[in-house]
Amino acid sequence: MPDENTGTSKDEAERTGAPQSSAQQSGSDAAEQRARGAQDAKGGEVEQTDAPIDAPSDTETGEQTTPEGGTRVAPTRERRGMFGVSGPGDTSGFGGLRLPGHVPAPAERPFGGWFDEFADDLGEAMDERGIPRSAVQQITIDRGEITFYVQRERIAELCRTLRDEEYLRFELCSSVSGVDYGVDVPQRLHVVYHLTSMTYRRRIRLEVAVDVDDAHVPSVVEVYPTADAQERETWDMFGVIFDGHPALTRILMPDDWEGHPQRKDYPLGGIPVEYKGAEIPPPDQRRAYT
Amino acid sequence: MSQDASARSESAARIGAAPHRETTEGTVYTVTGGDWDTILDEEHDDRIVINMGPQHPSTHGVLRLVLELEGETVQQARSVIGYLHTGIEKNCEYRTWTQGVTFVTRMDYLAPIFNEAGYCLAVEKLLGVEVPRRAQVARVLLMEINRIGSHLVALATGGMELGALTGMTAGFREREEVLHLLEFLTGLRMNHAYVRPGGLAQDLPEGWEERVAEFVKVMHKRLPDYDNLLTGQPIWRQRLEGVGYLPVDGCLALGATGPILRSAGLPWDLRKVEPYCGYEEYDFEVPVATEADCYARYRLRVQEIRESLKIIEQAAAKMEPGPVMIEDRKIAWPAQLSVAADGMGNSLEHVRKIMGQSMESLIHHFKLVTEGFSVPAGQAYTAVESPRGELGYHLVSDGGTRPVRVHVRDPSFVNLQSMPAMSEGGMVADVIAAVASIDPVMGGVDR
Repeated sequence: MPDENTGTSKDEAERTGAPQSSAQQSGSDAAEQRARGAQDAKGGEVEQTDAPIDAPSDTETGEQTTPEGGTRVAPTRERRGMFGVSGPGDTSGFGGLRLPGHVPAPAERPFGGWFDEFADDLGEAMDERGIPRSAVQQITIDRGEITFYVQRERIAELCRTLRDEEYLRFELCSSVSGVDYGVDVPQRLHVVYHLTSMTYRRRIRLEVAVDVDDAHVPSVVEVYPTADAQERETWDMFGVIFDGHPALTRILMPDDWEGHPQRKDYPLGGIPVEYKGAEIPPPDQRRAYT
Repeated sequence: MSQDASARSESAARIGAAPHRETTEGTVYTVTGGDWDTILDEEHDDRIVINMGPQHPSTHGVLRLVLELEGETVQQARSVIGYLHTGIEKNCEYRTWTQGVTFVTRMDYLAPIFNEAGYCLAVEKLLGVEVPRRAQVARVLLMEINRIGSHLVALATGGMELGALTGMTAGFREREEVLHLLEFLTGLRMNHAYVRPGGLAQDLPEGWEERVAEFVKVMHKRLPDYDNLLTGQPIWRQRLEGVGYLPVDGCLALGATGPILRSAGLPWDLRKVEPYCGYEEYDFEVPVATEADCYARYRLRVQEIRESLKIIEQAAAKMEPGPVMIEDRKIAWPAQLSVAADGMGNSLEHVRKIMGQSMESLIHHFKLVTEGFSVPAGQAYTAVESPRGELGYHLVSDGGTRPVRVHVRDPSFVNLQSMPAMSEGGMVADVIAAVASIDPVMGGVDR
């Protein structure tokens, strides 16, 4: 167990005693919770353990398959500890606060509002165009927004269907962007598409998750030319390769830049600031309160 | 001297006047004007590629346009951006949700209130809270004042770029009124950080009604000047009419929103179609044109200023006394701000309380200010109608006190993609008109 010198007087005996068992217990709790499709971290139990537990227990079991054969949405980064304490640095017990990673819960019918009708329409349109229903891995409804987790191979076809079918009509692709959920998370890179139907005044979100070593997603520029610059930005910032994009080059960073700045393992800044002999580390290396 | 180099120096001697240098890409000539003939010879055809910008008074900021010209006709146009990239989205991930406001307000620096409001609406959607009515009305009021300021700059810089310098001085004069008013209301001319998740940083200052009424009066008096100065002016019309044409299907394909889309005949205004901040209560029109050219966009901006004035008057009338920050003490900023001789800061009363009377208040203040409030995990997308179109915020939270992702769908960034469609095949002078009518703000484009 790495004991970082956090400068507290918590004694050894207490650290390695009983909490061990509670640590194991909390690990299985977290797994159970995930299996139930745990909702937001707030709603999940908050476990307090004094001993730090290594992350893999959580992430290894993270991949589950859906009945359709697709991969379930992976949980996001697990939250642990307050004040960034990794050893037994906090006598209050808060230092061991653990929250399981967030897994967006699949929605259950009836969805309510226009979502049911829309999901049916989309399903029919997919059948008509020969897109297997398993292309949509999961539907999540959260805060009045509907999210379709989509197999990456199908994203371009699905966008075309959504744009062209008379009863869907998503004329405008509002936004394409990437999200990096963190280094330990399987399928950490997500590409998020926000589509707007001006005819029906609806908005939906499509989300594709990929691994960082195989970050290929079919381009939707053929369907939505507006995605051109936005896919370039996503490539630039996250390193997602959009296959079929007419000219996937960097757009905001210089052409010869190395790395993809908005990935979570890319540092913010990196130049320590010096002031009157005191050295202030770059923002991402300062003490964190999350 | 090799054969090749001597041949090149010979051709250079022939070219004579134009200074040139050798690069890995070939010979680069610096043409200063009037020496065109010296460039053209048998080995050079009419087709040239020029760089306009990134430092050019007509490119609306640090925008670089690469134009392939044949004579004065633009064959191909490409925009190169990124010169103002400041990593705001990345920075937001390292700050609390409240601190994020101070970052996003600096993106589209002509529409700071829209950035703040859009961001705060997204945070509030994630939190599942509703801000008090007074804060909502004040947001509408501020956004519309800001919209006027932004459109005035669009007219002013557009006028300057096309040689209508009086338009520029008039536009900036009126915009100064806007900035004075915003400074009075929020404390700062730009980058206000006045809208906060949960409401506003502080209440509107004493006497705001008179100042707003005065501003509306001044604007009503001066707006006809623009009609006299620009709208009916033959040169202005000839420069803009039929230029930068982009029909509605092109707008949708390229994702153009705002005045560009409305100039093509689609009355798409998020204030009407997806009302936020209580916009459904206000009585205003969405100006639309069908010409889909630069002149239509110019006219729409002037009309939108008039509509904004209507909304400002209504908002001022609607304002009722009440809190400007939500009740929830877990989210609401603990300190009441006040203005003292040395500027704005925590109110003395608050400092006295936390330092002298209540340890718990001090802890609460410290926790909320340094650590911030945590936002339930999930994601949200909200969009507001900024002066340039759909300004969308996609926020992702993992349940912590800092965002996992702040993505901004900036209308300038998306609308700029319509520049080639508007200007290819036209004259080089019309590129300027097209870019001016898109009105990209590079702070928003590059973020």
